[in-house]
Amino acid sequence: MGKLNTNGNAYTIIYASIMVIIVAFLLAFVAQVLGPTQKANEDNDKKSQILAALGIEKGSDYDVEGKYNEMVKADPIYGKTVAEKQDNGGFAVANKDMSESNRPFYVAEVDGQTKYVVPMTGAGLWGGIWGYVALDDDCETVYGTYFSHESETAGLGARITEKWFQDSFKGKKVHAGGASDVALSVVKKGKEGKISPDNYVNGITGATLTSNGVDEMIKKGLGMYADILDNLKK
Amino acid sequence: MGKLFSKENGEVFKSPLNLNNPIAVQVLGICSALAVTSQLKPAIVMGLSVTVITAFSNVIISLIRKTIPNRIRIIVQLVVVAALVTIVSNILKAYVYDVSVQLSVYVGLIITNCILMGRLEAFAMMNGPWESFLDGIANGLGYAIILVIVGFVRELLGFGSIFGFQIIPDSWLLDNGGGYLHNGMMTMPAMALILLACVIWAHRAYNKDKIQ
Repeated sequence: MGKLNTNGNAYTIIYASIMVIIVAFLLAFVAQVLGPTQKANEDNDKKSQILAALGIEKGSDYDVEGKYNEMVKADPIYGKTVAEKQDNGGFAVANKDMSESNRPFYVAEVDGQTKYVVPMTGAGLWGGIWGYVALDDDCETVYGTYFSHESETAGLGARITEKWFQDSFKGKKVHAGGASDVALSVVKKGKEGKISPDNYVNGITGATLTSNGVDEMIKKGLGMYADILDNLKK
Repeated sequence: MGKLFSKENGEVFKSPLNLNNPIAVQVLGICSALAVTSQLKPAIVMGLSVTVITAFSNVIISLIRKTIPNRIRIIVQLVVVAALVTIVSNILKAYVYDVSVQLSVYVGLIITNCILMGRLEAFAMMNGPWESFLDGIANGLGYAIILVIVGFVRELLGFGSIFGFQIIPDSWLLDNGGGYLHNGMMTMPAMALILLACVIWAHRAYNKDKIQ
């Protein structure tokens, strides 16, 4: 065959084309093969986050799938109004697809008592944050929370994932008095003002902007579900 | 077999671990070394991922080095690296999901890791597959060693744990009446830079005469 001229235009173009086709097939194949396992991992992670809001510590070793099926009874999707409701499938709604006309919701049972889990998303300091807030069946008292983030500062904003912060919401009330606005807030120590101790938790020292992000996310998130919660209230 | 483990090949393998360490001596691949070393586990997974990717991209490039058109050789190298990185990232997502969440974008950023392109351009383009494989493994491990050292110190001082196991007892903490406080600085990338500089300093002081 003799010495190949590897510097010619034709050779270069053909070489590049063949290489790209081979690589494309290879990557498509890998994505196909591993796709289902990855999806299962993601679902598992989401389930363990919802369970974390219901008081089952994330990271501990337990059968996520079994526990989830045991505790979460329904995952309806609500449309713009309470009446527009699909009975299940809420779990499949990705965080980024949540909107006022596409509201996934979780109904769970803990020790025979009904709990409602509201998913929410917001913005932290560096990137997105999201969370789940579990409410008692009075739709007023916080039963538990779970928050996570994309890229908050480790040791500061990233501490919203820590248990002490999430647990500080337990027993807090969503509304103040008879007002319809969400009163539950995250406030800086010393800036509580007139907010009743029932309605706030303290933010994280050194992570005011992330704390504010959580505050806004809770207000927006619970506000978006106000009509549903009103409807379910006992 | 004699040739496979010859003295020259031994040198190819040993030098990146110490006297020609990609981080400590060549100061390459610093970006990811700062970002993923706040805990030991992601540091090790990152080190192994880079090792695997450097080794295999070295072998692949070495195998096809004579056919690569000179004008697009960097692009060819990039495509090979990018393909391998995508595959590794997919495997991590499928089998060690927690770690892949922690490493987040940094697995993808292996593509831009200077060590990889450096080895491909400086070694694999001129040497056979076996030597290139050794060179890739050794450079990856050289990188991993530094990551592990930095990760060890940062996790111990920043979180009081090693591999997530609590080493510093809770009763020492200020909150529980003790006199100890975790060093939050250690969890920030800035501290990794300082630690890394200390590692380089120690390494250079120890090998004063041997490094050109």
